[in-house]
Amino acid sequence: MRQRHLLLDPRRPWDVDKDVLDPMYRTGRRFWMLFSILGGLVVMWGAIWVYQMNWGLGITGLNRPVMWALYIVNFVYFIGIGHAGTFISAALRVLKIEWRRPISRAAETLTVFALVAAAMFPLVHLGRSWKFYWLLPIPNQRQLWPSYHSPLLWDMTAILTYLTGSILFAYIGLLPDLAMARDHTVGWRHRLYEILALGWRGTEREWANQETALNVFSYVIIPVMFSVHTIVSWDFAMALQPGWHSSIFGPYFIIGALFSGVAAVILVLALIRKAMHLDYFLRDEHFDGMGKFLLLLSFAWAYFYFNDYLVAWYGQAPVDKVLQDLFEKGWAAPLWFLMLFSNVVLPWLTLWSRRIRTSVPALFFVCVFVQIGMYIERYLIVPTTLGRNALPFDWGIYIPHLPETLITVGAFALVGFLYILFSRIIPLIPVWEVYEGQVLQGLRRIGRALIPTRAEPGE
Amino acid sequence: MPELPERKWTMVVDLDACTGCSACVVACHTENNVPIVGEEEVVRGRAMHWMRIERYWEGEWPNVKARYMPVMCQQCGNAPCEPVCPVYATLHSERENLNLQVYNRCVGTRYCQNNDPYKVRFFNFFDPVFEGPLKEQLNPDVTVRSAGVMEKCTFCVQRIRRGEEQALVENRPLRDGEVVPACVQACPSSALVFGDLNDPDSQAARLVRANQRKFRLLEELGTEPAVYYLKGSESHVGE
Repeated sequence: MRQRHLLLDPRRPWDVDKDVLDPMYRTGRRFWMLFSILGGLVVMWGAIWVYQMNWGLGITGLNRPVMWALYIVNFVYFIGIGHAGTFISAALRVLKIEWRRPISRAAETLTVFALVAAAMFPLVHLGRSWKFYWLLPIPNQRQLWPSYHSPLLWDMTAILTYLTGSILFAYIGLLPDLAMARDHTVGWRHRLYEILALGWRGTEREWANQETALNVFSYVIIPVMFSVHTIVSWDFAMALQPGWHSSIFGPYFIIGALFSGVAAVILVLALIRKAMHLDYFLRDEHFDGMGKFLLLLSFAWAYFYFNDYLVAWYGQAPVDKVLQDLFEKGWAAPLWFLMLFSNVVLPWLTLWSRRIRTSVPALFFVCVFVQIGMYIERYLIVPTTLGRNALPFDWGIYIPHLPETLITVGAFALVGFLYILFSRIIPLIPVWEVYEGQVLQGLRRIGRALIPTRAEPGE
Repeated sequence: MPELPERKWTMVVDLDACTGCSACVVACHTENNVPIVGEEEVVRGRAMHWMRIERYWEGEWPNVKARYMPVMCQQCGNAPCEPVCPVYATLHSERENLNLQVYNRCVGTRYCQNNDPYKVRFFNFFDPVFEGPLKEQLNPDVTVRSAGVMEKCTFCVQRIRRGEEQALVENRPLRDGEVVPACVQACPSSALVFGDLNDPDSQAARLVRANQRKFRLLEELGTEPAVYYLKGSESHVGE
């Protein structure tokens, strides 16, 4: 039982600290290679954006009916990725699910970096990107506010709230670990952590305050998270566009976001476990738990998709029929079937098995497919659906051009770049949370059986 | 300044009279400084015509008939494009019942186009180019739009403004037919009629009133378009 459960397998705190800190100092050749490749892609991303601002959005594949395309697909996709981190961290904290402890940091940081990438896309997508601040929910010099009728303003407000909240949530949880790192390091790292740790000393009062702050944040950020993706879905659902105008889009998008987000967290956990040798912290129990959660979300996603689909199919409105024919028989059919395979068939066939859930390569494979499936889902909703409308004269087909494809690659690189950069700066395992869990939990011998027991703090 | 009267500017399009000659399209381009984007861009689906002739084929070969439907901004009373704009670049003129487009406010979110069921809003994918003599005939009353902003038919708001100001100076009400948008002026078969529905004696009001042939495009969406079509005989265009 000790081998299976991290919290029942305590080690001396300084050994644990070393396990977390040591990989942070290692910057071998592979690290620098990856660092420069990803960094180069990020620079390319910026260069193409400047090029696009210089020439206009004509360099992309956009056309008259398809005014939103790959940039918005990426926006929804990365916002979705940004959902799981906070959800895993905050919701599992509120529910007092103990195995969350070592994975919460990796999930929270993924949220922040994915949100940064996502928040760039509405700006990249603007016709006049340099005027982006006109969209911010602040009044201009004449005390005029942007239009609160527009879902885009709700969007801007929600995303900025969520980004700020997520950064603070991650940072408050990070403080004790920064102080821990400060006490173990010398040189520039020491000076950096000294500033970042905000003078954390580990007094009783500091711990109590941090506990309160994290609890408040956990409860507050969950509704914020729900609101963010609901509002993202409203960008579509509020429009009269056939295929978008659906009242189920809010919850459907939230489930989709959690689905792709949880899969992304599993991918990141698998990668950092391998790259940073964190086998002590990230064990089969975590992948098992996340795998179950992913299967549950796959059920939920299928349920919402079926609902949305069935209502349109039963209604047989001409435009809805045109769209469904496009998905089932038209040029979009391979994408549509690949989406259903990745999001439904594959998870349902594999994730019921504990052996597959605890086999990291197999779970990794499933999660990659979930990413592909959820990306396609957004692609079908945004540019593909926009190509069809009530007047057949105005139909169109969107084909991504090189600039937006490269910008998409650059955005993935940005998330990766930020992740590997910060993997060397901040401890990716919340040491204090693991330690707290290990102190609270223990094995007690009752007769011949070893029973895990747990103490409740503050009771 | 005296109060200007409330208007309900309306266009009536007689599909029976339309021959699909496209004179209105050309007139609109010249009046409103609409850039000519070129063949390549048209193939990419980026044609920019504030006024366009939609051509539909009816019947089975060899008895095929071409049907034409001029489509411009429908100047909806309840326009879907307006509320979605976060920066008030597209907004409603309550007095004139027009959908205004303020180019220098537009940041190019392109949400208005997505929410526009008629797809009559046009995005400047590149900076406009006016080649050769085209530059010499730009209309000084109309802004040339830069890359990254939306634009659309305005019912030639510059002509409406000039007409109202002229009437104001001469201290008289605006006469019916005094304001004529470029497309209406150019239409050789008089298929287009422009006027104020609030003036019961205007030609447009008389055409709309009790006309069995009238319909509005995608009326079921509740957008309350200000453009009325008069259905062509034996034709099903717009149904």
